Amino acid sequence: MLARRVIPCLDVKEGRVVKGVRFVGLRDVGSPVEAAARYGEGGADEVTFLDITASHEARRILLDIVERTAAVLRVPLTVGGGVREARDVSDLLMAGADKVCVNTAAVGDPDFVAEISARWGAQALVVAIDARRVAPGRYHVFTHGGRRDTGLDATLWARKVAQLGAGEILLTSMDRDGTREGYDLELTRAVVDAVPIPVIASGGVGELAHLAAGLREGGADAALAASIFHDGQHSLAEAKRYLAEQGVPVRPWRSQAETQAGEAL
Amino acid sequence: MTAARREVLLLDLGLGNLRSVARALERAGAVVDVSGRVEALRRAPRLVVPGQGAFRDCASALEGELGEALLARLRSGVPYLGICLGMQVLFETSAEAPAARGLGLFPGQVVRLNPQGVDALSGAPLKVPHMGWNEVVGSHPLLPAREHFYFVHSYQVAPTEPGLTIATAEHGERICAAVARDNVFACQFHPEKSADAGARLLERFLESGWS
Repeated sequence: MLARRVIPCLDVKEGRVVKGVRFVGLRDVGSPVEAAARYGEGGADEVTFLDITASHEARRILLDIVERTAAVLRVPLTVGGGVREARDVSDLLMAGADKVCVNTAAVGDPDFVAEISARWGAQALVVAIDARRVAPGRYHVFTHGGRRDTGLDATLWARKVAQLGAGEILLTSMDRDGTREGYDLELTRAVVDAVPIPVIASGGVGELAHLAAGLREGGADAALAASIFHDGQHSLAEAKRYLAEQGVPVRPWRSQAETQAGEAL
Repeated sequence: MTAARREVLLLDLGLGNLRSVARALERAGAVVDVSGRVEALRRAPRLVVPGQGAFRDCASALEGELGEALLARLRSGVPYLGICLGMQVLFETSAEAPAARGLGLFPGQVVRLNPQGVDALSGAPLKVPHMGWNEVVGSHPLLPAREHFYFVHSYQVAPTEPGLTIATAEHGERICAAVARDNVFACQFHPEKSADAGARLLERFLESGWS
């Protein structure tokens, strides 16, 4: 049975992790490379970088970060933020990203989704949808960090990008993002039921129970979270154990020592 | 355990970034040569063919001399590890690109995933691509009996010869996770993205005498 994925997300600006990552023993708490590697070895099923750098010059810094991360990470890496043209996709994939996440550019030019999918395959393309509730049961797609209402219905847009060749949807509730109140389960479920491709729930995780709810009630294929992992509230291993106890199928995570003990048997 | 014993040719078919596979092999102790040239293919002691993307592109990269040389090496018993498209292209044709021809080393087609039923946890529809970590159950010297590996694919091989499939996974249907015969091992999942489980598979591949 396919395990539900738990995905820590790191916001990166000019090559540094924006929100502090409080790992004990990290040499450089601001290094996305070290943080990603730590998560990867700690049981993360994938790692996601969202680049929130505005300037074009800083893209080179991001590519360097992606390259150095890909050199040490042994689970898939998704990179998003500022992907506007085919060249950006190509650069990120060549630097070592496994998947590229596209958001605003897809809304502005849906053909861009089809182009990426045709050239690099659906497996390399995640379309990010930032959604906000505009009326009971109605959600619109927002861009520019949740400030601009595109007028697009979130569910219809999700269907469209799936048809255009997206391999996966990263669905963020802009109402819940940063609130620690849990995923918007109604939004998540509506999109999950509307598309044939996997959906990653995002926005609002403040405790482990929120992960389970997003996967069970929300029906998401993967649960993305940031601060509960970064601020040391919970480890990936704790999240995995909790989900397993709740009956959610997860990839069991074993420490190196446990693995070696198991092989000796 | 000399370096020469662990030399690997990573066959470059121009299908994207090979570095993650190269690095994973190097971490497992391999000396990796990356090339798409026939001469390199003819003398390589071990072959790894990865591949993401379209079956058509993979098949067309193997048209002509390169594909013939690969088939000859496969038949002569070179240790081979095929990953994803490197597995699918061993078969005859694919529903993804009906006009394209695979190598035809093994009989069977590549078919679209068609998961039935709903997810047991949420009642949501089962999704394609089959993406994420799934438990692979099987029996082969390169594989543990049960282990999670990372998958990302929308098509799978349907071998028509019994015994070829040596490991499966479940996703609303039985998925052929790996096939093997003699020195050929090919998997649908990605060992290079599968953390410790993948690393162990690659290490075992580099050891001689596993087949």
